[in-house]
Amino acid sequence: MNTVLDSVVFKFIYCMLVSSDECANSFKIIGSGFISEKYAIIGFLITAFFLIFIIVNGALVGVLALIWGERRLVGRFQARLGPNRWGPWGIFTPVADAIKVMFKEDISPTLSDKFVFILAPILMVVPVLMIFAVIPFGEATFLTDLNVGVLFVLAITSTNTLSVLMAGWGSGNRYGIIGGLRAVAMLLSYEIPMALAAVGVILMAGSLSIIQVIESQVIPYAIFQPLGFLTFLIASTAELNRSPFDITEAESELIAGYMTEYSSMKFGLFYLGEFMATIASSAIIVCLFLGGWKGPEILPSHFWFMIKWILMICVFIWFRATFPRLRVDQIMELAWKGLFELTLINILSIAILMLIWPDPSITELWIMTGIKWIVFFVSLWIFGKLLGPKPLQKNGVARKIVLQK
Amino acid sequence: MSLRTEPVTMNVGPIHPSTHGVFRMRVTFDGEEIVDVEPVIGYLHRGSEKLAEERTYTQVVTLTDRMDYVASMTNNQSYILSVEKLAGITPSPRGVWLRMIAAELQRIASHAVANGFLINDLGAWHTPLLYMLREREKILEMFEMLCGARITNSYLRPGGVFMDAPDQFWPALNRFLDEMPNRIDDIERLLTTNEIVLIRTQNVGVLKKDECLNASITGPVLRASGVDWDLRDKNPYDYYDQIEFSRPLGEIGDNHDRFLVRIFEMRESLKILRQCIENIEPGPVRPKEVPFLVRPPKGDSYVPIESPKGELGFYLVSDGGISPFRCHVRAPSLINLTLLREMVLGDKIADLFVTFGSIDVNMGEVDR
Repeated sequence: MNTVLDSVVFKFIYCMLVSSDECANSFKIIGSGFISEKYAIIGFLITAFFLIFIIVNGALVGVLALIWGERRLVGRFQARLGPNRWGPWGIFTPVADAIKVMFKEDISPTLSDKFVFILAPILMVVPVLMIFAVIPFGEATFLTDLNVGVLFVLAITSTNTLSVLMAGWGSGNRYGIIGGLRAVAMLLSYEIPMALAAVGVILMAGSLSIIQVIESQVIPYAIFQPLGFLTFLIASTAELNRSPFDITEAESELIAGYMTEYSSMKFGLFYLGEFMATIASSAIIVCLFLGGWKGPEILPSHFWFMIKWILMICVFIWFRATFPRLRVDQIMELAWKGLFELTLINILSIAILMLIWPDPSITELWIMTGIKWIVFFVSLWIFGKLLGPKPLQKNGVARKIVLQK
Repeated sequence: MSLRTEPVTMNVGPIHPSTHGVFRMRVTFDGEEIVDVEPVIGYLHRGSEKLAEERTYTQVVTLTDRMDYVASMTNNQSYILSVEKLAGITPSPRGVWLRMIAAELQRIASHAVANGFLINDLGAWHTPLLYMLREREKILEMFEMLCGARITNSYLRPGGVFMDAPDQFWPALNRFLDEMPNRIDDIERLLTTNEIVLIRTQNVGVLKKDECLNASITGPVLRASGVDWDLRDKNPYDYYDQIEFSRPLGEIGDNHDRFLVRIFEMRESLKILRQCIENIEPGPVRPKEVPFLVRPPKGDSYVPIESPKGELGFYLVSDGGISPFRCHVRAPSLINLTLLREMVLGDKIADLFVTFGSIDVNMGEVDR
């Protein structure tokens, strides 16, 4: 209960309800509330419920904004306008989409396993909402400071594997089953590089708490350990099922993969879960690698967090608009032969550097950063040579198209 | 440890995002690997060949538009050449140059669509496709200037074309010729050395030279396998003998070669277009003495042309009447499709669609 009260927002609402000396000292203007300290737990629960309500609804609004933003931005990437009819700049398009989705006919196929079929979309959304609990949206603005925050995030994100498999299996459709099984193979493989990339951060921060991780970033970890950042970014793109790793729903192959048989609000929940996961994942990357709320003091910390967050989401949209999809065996190859080793190199180099400089000053930190960048380029070059596309050769000459006169 | 696996049979299509129409494949997978593919065609059969027997020679032009609906100008051209040979009509020079311009523009448009959809089958969320379609849009606008229609043109007539190009056509064409090389460069920078495109397309869906020749495969698919066979060069029709151009040839015959050959052919088509503009002279677009109701003497004719998809020819038999006695189309899409099974066996599910896209078939032409 005490760690929660570190959060200014939480404490503010709590103190409006509960009368205590601590509250009276902290907020002189509003004074203290009407609930006596004996029943403080009631005030605590009401505050928590209120904040959860705000965060859940905030996440839903965020999804609507992301749907709109993604469609507008991808429109620009593709040399077209994007939605611009419904409201100014088309901002009500996702609202219209949501209404449409709600009024569609809810079909469940005869061959489906009804219980699993209905449970899958719910399992997709709920864990993602839980991630928001540990994200600090600004300085001293969070729902809870969990002392195993990073571990919690990694554990919660991995449950969507189950949901995708359930959806694929339960819908009794062969496209669905192939999509679901692909998802299990891919998501399980990419959890390992994702977790190992986070280990690099945890080593430096010396804590699993996300707040501690942010506070330990004198230099943002994206600059300090580029290898960890790159592998985490790639692995989380894969975890999000986004292009170029969207083999589970692969539109041109599996129609919609595990979502093929879903319609109406069940489909809407999948859609919601997917976009919410993008938002949550961007927030996690911002916290772990981009310094969270930190920034020059010309702006409040919340603005810095928002700016970084939106930029990170834009990067994911950029990925989606640009890359073709990898094949399933190439995706597994990338995870096990590429990212896994790269994250190990990252951990090893950080461990060695920390052994040399156990308590680094700011100059030593920059020296470490320089070494990390050298490791980054050397290891990427080697792995690029080993795993990259080999230009097909004929008689020792790279092949080309012959122009016959 | 070996797992006991069981093949799964699945119907891909006729309604599927990447079967390019209403093609159906009965595919057997073992895990991710393809064990068997059985193409099922006929979902877009409209009996065009039979319908042609009920119409006059000029009316049939509209039927040819609807066969390969992304390359209707070349369909028109093939049919008209056949009719002209059957009826012994000498076309007027300006008409021939105009229809060559139309055909080459159509080739660029068709290749742009083929490559765009190939990359879309690779899973690139429509971005390269829309860049390609933007260029195609300019060509369609030029077609609109030429004949008022964008897709189903019906521009050609026995003896030439039915209408001269309007004044605004020539500046638009020149602007297109100036812009298009840069656009192709853009596409190449984005895609030809893109690592994901390389690992997805290289050495996938390989067609050997002799396999191609045995199955009488033609067009860019044949040239990607390294056979120098282009009917514009080997059996020149219209005025292609007065024009210099080169044929891009691949070496291995995989999906990437087919992609590159199409890109290079777009550049060659631009060269041909420039030469056509230099050579074209004012004059009638259609000889006055040729009637609209052509009545050819008894006999038959077949003139193959190089359509964007391969050798396209109309075999026409006349009994002396106003409509063909028999019309048969040698459709390159159908014949190029015959080796699909051999190309994809043993590949992954994802490669099936890429290989299918790289053959560039059009279901309107396959089923007719």
